[in-house]
Order: sequence, then C-alpha cells, then structure tokens
Amino acid sequence: MNVEEIRKDFPIFANRDIAYLDNGATTQKPIQVINAVKEFYEKYNANPHRGAYTLSLEATEKYENARTKVAKFINAKHREEIIFSKNATESLNLIAYSYGMEGLKSGDEVTLSIMEHHSNLVPWQKITKATGSKLNYMYINDEFEIPEEEIKKKITNKTKIVGITHVSNSLGTKNDIKKIIKYAHKMGAIVIVDGSQSIPHMKIDVQELDADFFVFSGHKMLSPLGIGALYGKKALLEKMTPFLMGGDMIEYVYEQDTTFAEVPYKFEAGTQNVEGAVGLDAAIDYIENIGYDKIQEIEQDVVSYAREELSKLDFLSLYLTPNKENHSSVISFNIKGIHPHDVASILDTEGVCVRSGNHCTQPLMRYLKIDSTCRASFYFYNTKEDVDRLVKALNKAYDMFKKYIKE
Amino acid sequence: MEDLTDVYNELIMEHSMNSYNKRKLEDADYSEVGHNPNCGDEITLEIKMNGDVIEDMAFTGHGCAISQASTSIMIDTLKGKTINEAKEIIKIFIDMIKRETTNEEELKKLEDAIAFRNVSNMPARVKCALLAWHTIEDILNKKVG
Repeated sequence: MNVEEIRKDFPIFANRDIAYLDNGATTQKPIQVINAVKEFYEKYNANPHRGAYTLSLEATEKYENARTKVAKFINAKHREEIIFSKNATESLNLIAYSYGMEGLKSGDEVTLSIMEHHSNLVPWQKITKATGSKLNYMYINDEFEIPEEEIKKKITNKTKIVGITHVSNSLGTKNDIKKIIKYAHKMGAIVIVDGSQSIPHMKIDVQELDADFFVFSGHKMLSPLGIGALYGKKALLEKMTPFLMGGDMIEYVYEQDTTFAEVPYKFEAGTQNVEGAVGLDAAIDYIENIGYDKIQEIEQDVVSYAREELSKLDFLSLYLTPNKENHSSVISFNIKGIHPHDVASILDTEGVCVRSGNHCTQPLMRYLKIDSTCRASFYFYNTKEDVDRLVKALNKAYDMFKKYIKE
Repeated sequence: MEDLTDVYNELIMEHSMNSYNKRKLEDADYSEVGHNPNCGDEITLEIKMNGDVIEDMAFTGHGCAISQASTSIMIDTLKGKTINEAKEIIKIFIDMIKRETTNEEELKKLEDAIAFRNVSNMPARVKCALLAWHTIEDILNKKVG
C-alpha cells in the first residue's frame, strides 16, 4: 500500500484540504474504525457484563475481544493485564493513586524525566507530597536527550518509582527505555512508561521491555476519542486497590464493606466505553494490516525530509536532537521573534494544522528557557507535499512579521 | 478568515513589536497579573490613579502579537478616562470581540482599539485579545471600586 492509497481510507482528507500536522494531539480516523463503531451501535449495542440475554453477551464479547487484541498487540503475557481507561491521563492517575499512594513512604523517591507530560507529572506532585516522599527529575542535555550519567545519578536505591515517556510529545526525543528499565530494576524501582507518543509509530513488546506499567491513549493511534489502556504486570495489579469504586468492579457488597472483583475488572468501575474499545480493536487491525515496518518507512521518509527542509530556514529555532536514530515524529520550532500562536494562526490560513503552546510540558519549557513552541507532528498518512505546505506557510509568516521584528 | 492583514494590521503589528507602553510604572497604585494558562501569555498591568481618573498605565510580560498589541492599545485608549468611562469602553470592547455589538456609535468610543474588530473572526484568538481587558476589569471592579 502506498501513501496515496492509505489516504483514501481517511474520509477527512476528502472533506478538508489541510496539511494535518497535529498527530501528536490526535490522529485522524480511517473508515474501517468509523465503520466498526457504527456497526457496534447498529448490531451489538447493549450494556456488557450485565445482561443474561444474547445481545448483552455479544456486546461483552466485543469488549473482551478488544482486550485480547490489545494484549496481543503489545505482547502482554496475560489478557487480564490490560485495563481499559479513558486515556493515558486516566491510566497514569490510576497508577499514581492505586500504586503510588499506598506504596510510597517518607524517604522514598520518585524519579521522572523533565520532558514528562503534565499527566505523568502533576499526579506525582500530589502523591509525593501526601506520602512525604521526594520528587526528582532527570534533565536533558543540549541534544535534548537524557544522558546516561543523569540516569545513574537520579535513579538510586531510594528510588521506588520511575516515570518516563517513551517519546517526548514536545521534542520527539525517543528515550532508551529498555536501558532505563534495566537500570531501575537493578536499583529496586518499578518503571511506568508513557507510551502515548510511541505506540502509534513503533512496535511495543512490554515483555521484551520488561516495563512494569505501560499506558497509552487510543485516539493518538487512529481510535475514537475517550478510550485508552493501561498495561500492568499481573502481580502488581493484583496487589493494588481499586481507583474508582462503583458498579461491576465488586464481588460482594455489604452495608459497611465490599470485596472487589479480580483484575482487570476491579479497575473498571461503571459502564465502560465499549464503542471505544471496539474502535481501538479496529485501529489495531488497521495498523497491523499496514505493518509497523511500512509505517516507519513512510514516516522516516517524510520526517527526514521535514528535518532537512526546516533546517534550511535560518529564521527558525529547532528543538530537535541531531541524532536521527533517537528521534520520532515530532518537530518543535519557533520563528525567532514571533510568538508561536501568531505563527500557528498564519499557518492555519494556509490550511496547515500545527499545535502551538507549551504542549502540557511547562517544566520542560521553563528548563529550555522558552514559553512555548510550534509543533508539527507526523503520521504515516502525511506526505512531502504536507511538508512543502508547512515550509511555504512559515515563509509567509516570516515575511509578514520580519519588518517589525526587533533585532 | 479572508485576509490576515485584517487582523495583523499595521497598527497592531507596531504596538505588538515596539510598544512604548511596555515599561515599569514608578509609584503605581494598583498592579494585577493576567494569565492565559493554555498558551502561557502573561502580562502585568500597573495603574496610577488621580482621584477618579486613570492618570497613567503600563505593562510588562510576554505573549503573542495580539495579546501584546491589545494591551498596549488598551492603555492608549483608557489613559485619561474616568473609572466609569473606562468601564463603559471595556464593556464595548468585550462585546465587540464576542460579536455582541455592532453599534457604530458605541464602537467609535474604542478609538484605536477598534483595530481588533476582526479578531472576532478568529475564535482561537479571542482570549488573546481579551486578556488585558479582563485584567483591567478586575482591577477596576475589585480594587478601585
């Protein structure tokens, strides 16, 4: 399949004349995913896990099949290790409250990277304050990467939890999480990997990585909004207490006490987002049908081209590792002297969709001594023409502003 | 939007990039920080009053061209006005941006600030244009009375 054929699967490109470069925020959806959701409501809709009638059993089957699909997709050992959530943020909050709040004590340390999204950072501020433990950060070097000595300095025998994003949503830096996990385990810490920006682009094998927890959002990998997943090693999940209480996550409920269901159900309170799970199932099929090899081939072609073309614009500041092998599909930049929101507005008039702002990484921005950036993030349906449109629009923005820019 | 220069016009560009109102005010009576957490724009407005009249005003901070120019032009417009006159102009400006007034007689009272009229066609930037105006509204309501 070539890119032209792939793009035909995405109805939005027939309806909107845009260069969609905000895939780090959310991806567009192929017709196969849209149809799977539609088919669910037309043929299978009922409340799963509750009814004794055929329709409810079939809805349950659809939902549980999606769990099995996700488990195989990331090579989890057991299907019960997959918990459905709203998104990566909810998955990370679940871990922070259920694992962190009960497992941490005074003197313990939690180590994050400075490039974490607020969703893997703000919960840890609350948990470390509440438990009297300490929050540490691994900082980046001038190549926007975490140096090995920083990992060894910040992960110590006091560290109980390491939170690390697989790929930075602001910089596109790909962290060597396998190495970090191995070292953290040696020091006696567990590792939570935020895979939101990696799983859309690369094959994930949680057993090979030996990740203790791995979270992601479905909507950044072709699924509907509002469905995400949490992988956790079964032994850890079994020890954890539930995060949300309510229907379907219980065993026996008495007036004063309750016993809880087994994993994964004890973490899935209330009626779940079955259409989302069904959509995620279809999205995984779509990705596997194209194949990660092909996805990487297309993306490397377009992202390399973007790196080259953007590097030629001397009015741009790029926040980009020079090491291509450590870079994924996100490029952050600024036009010197022009605020990124103005740049994004001008790009918008040329049909170029980029994100501008702090990308939910304020501590990273502060560390880099900037307020915000523009961010172009790519997926396998992007083309070199999209890059050309971006470059043309950037030239337009610079031309409009240059006579006013103070030296 | 039809034409970008409807928003990024000469007046707005000049004020955003080279504002004479961007300075510290000695002996300010009131100071207030305005912040858009989503985009990180942050301004500090300072006011010096003379009885009922806004005698002087200045700002510091950072943000996009629209928020910076809007702050600077607001200062030009409101300086020398009484509190009640200022409150009326602030209301007209906010109504204009939110497309709740097209009354030309009222809009004339905005003086140069009418340059932001077309921001109402850019929903993503409405917050930028209103940042300073909401900040001074807070000062006049809470502090000056």
